[in-house]
Amino acid sequence: MYRYDAIDQRLVDERAAQFREQVRRRMAGELSDLEFKPLRLMNGLYLQLHAYMLRIAVPYGTLSSAQMRVLATIGRKYDKDYGHFTTRQNIQFNWIKLEDAPDILDDLAAVEMHAIQTSGNCIRNVTADQYAGVAAGEIEDPRIYAEIIRQWSTLHPEFSFLPRKFKIAVTGVFPDRAAVKTHDIGLFIRRNGKGEVGFEVLAGGGQGRTPMMAQTVRDFVPKAELLAYLESVMRIYNLMGRRDNIYKARIKILVHSLGIDKFRALVEEDYAATRDSGSPLPAAEIARIAAYFAPPAYERIETPVRAFEAARFEDRDFARWVTHNVVAHKQPGYAIAVISLKPEGGVPGDATSDQMDRIADFADRYSFGEVRVTHEQNLVMPNVKQADLHALWRELAAHGLATPNLGLITDIIACPGLDYCALANARSIPIAQRIQERFMDRDRQALIGELKIKISGCINACGHHHVGHIGILGVDKQGEEFYQITLGGSADENASVGKILGKGFPAEAVPDAIEKLVDTYLDLRADGEPFLDTYRRVGIEPFKEKVYAAG
Amino acid sequence: MSTKIFNANDINNGRVVYLAADGSWSERIADAAVVQSAEDEARLQAVADAAFEARRVVDVYAVDVAIEDGRIRPLVYRERIRAEGPSVRLDLGKQSANG
Repeated sequence: MYRYDAIDQRLVDERAAQFREQVRRRMAGELSDLEFKPLRLMNGLYLQLHAYMLRIAVPYGTLSSAQMRVLATIGRKYDKDYGHFTTRQNIQFNWIKLEDAPDILDDLAAVEMHAIQTSGNCIRNVTADQYAGVAAGEIEDPRIYAEIIRQWSTLHPEFSFLPRKFKIAVTGVFPDRAAVKTHDIGLFIRRNGKGEVGFEVLAGGGQGRTPMMAQTVRDFVPKAELLAYLESVMRIYNLMGRRDNIYKARIKILVHSLGIDKFRALVEEDYAATRDSGSPLPAAEIARIAAYFAPPAYERIETPVRAFEAARFEDRDFARWVTHNVVAHKQPGYAIAVISLKPEGGVPGDATSDQMDRIADFADRYSFGEVRVTHEQNLVMPNVKQADLHALWRELAAHGLATPNLGLITDIIACPGLDYCALANARSIPIAQRIQERFMDRDRQALIGELKIKISGCINACGHHHVGHIGILGVDKQGEEFYQITLGGSADENASVGKILGKGFPAEAVPDAIEKLVDTYLDLRADGEPFLDTYRRVGIEPFKEKVYAAG
Repeated sequence: MSTKIFNANDINNGRVVYLAADGSWSERIADAAVVQSAEDEARLQAVADAAFEARRVVDVYAVDVAIEDGRIRPLVYRERIRAEGPSVRLDLGKQSANG
């Protein structure tokens, strides 16, 4: 993992001290709301329905066990014993007092964390593939470049007051698990014809009220030119992005209105003029950062691992968890274990302080002290010996953390919705819970196979509904919660925006509608065909007919 | 005009508070002053605005309510959730034993 140097630490310590003074002045009545609001937002402190909410950055979703323990402590000491992992690989606490916020920032700074750039019109937390560094077939570890971009973008003077917020994602492998095409800038690590490693740079993706997929600006940018090229993309957006209308201020609107060819020409023109003065990225600096992400001291392990295979054979529940929640690791004898934060009937993405503490313990014992947060609101143990999987699973199960549903119909993304969020129009979490309860039967979940349901409580789309295989959007219809269903969305390298099925449903009718969609799929699918492939083969009509059929 | 109360968030702890008839702010919706005339509304709006200017509360606004069995009930779901707590965690917020 990356470790702060003296400059990183000083920056974070100074910011925490500055915010302490700002909070003091606010509480003493010296700062108005107008003056204080931008200051608190620059430190991730929002005001939500019930209280202040603190959003803490988890750079590219990577946490040490020590950091996880501090998050558990924050939940216990300053909040209500839990936290919520978000679709930006961050964590939020929902019941924060303003007077406690400076102490929390100090606690975070002590473990090299902060809440900077988790709000505002700046470059937000850079996200990456949650299996970075351990996925088979990866060209290079995206964390190296996510960290470089994090350092470059932190308090970047030119890009601190953009027309609107700005999100960057990186991945080094297909399938794309980082939803790269839904980002303002997406980076696919690529090899060119000469075998050199660089980046395909995409721009103009985003969800919200105008969902669009990012388009390729340049097929291949050499590593050394990455930051200078990003500066040109950012500069064109900063200069030309709209500032008169918040709903048209994201880079996707600019790329769409200019057309990708014109946008590309402007970027290339700027790049030709500024490349020599842009931020360099020398090989030595890449190597310096890469050293932090060197693989841990793996043991050489003979495979197959007999103890693991025997446990799988003898313990049906363990075998089910392995089938769904364990992912192939690049190192023989090791595995990636995913902890589902989607227990049926629970709150997607929530973990109690005790669970966070236990996960930190398990990370120390089984995974070189490291945990990852996924944008699908689950947690990952990236380096588990196959021989330890059974013991890990038993411990997870004892703490309600062994739900075997990764990628299945109950592994639902849901934003906090109207239960917590000041922007929401409708609740998301209860809809997820009712669907989870409807599909509680684990054999049935397995029979249905991969099916990603994503729920947002408003058109800002924090729940990624546009790219759900089944998307659900909560709307306010004359004071009542109503839900619009979309089909066929996807966030991978073949990303697509879902199509609206038809008229919306009241909350209580949503599980029935989902069940009809699933039944239609099961009737129509070819052998082994996932939901999304069936949808793409047959189109929306058969689903529509079944769901809206009379009676 | 519709029946209204005023609510806001406390500056220090962020909790939802309701404007009472004596000009104080209470965490209990039952303490809220119910306005049923334009004159009352204007008077309480001025009190609420003054509290905002005095930097005691933020996000002040009026909420449409009904009085049912003598209890104040916000008309829209959003405000009911603010008044009670998350519908998915009955152990949290004002609806909980710890209030």
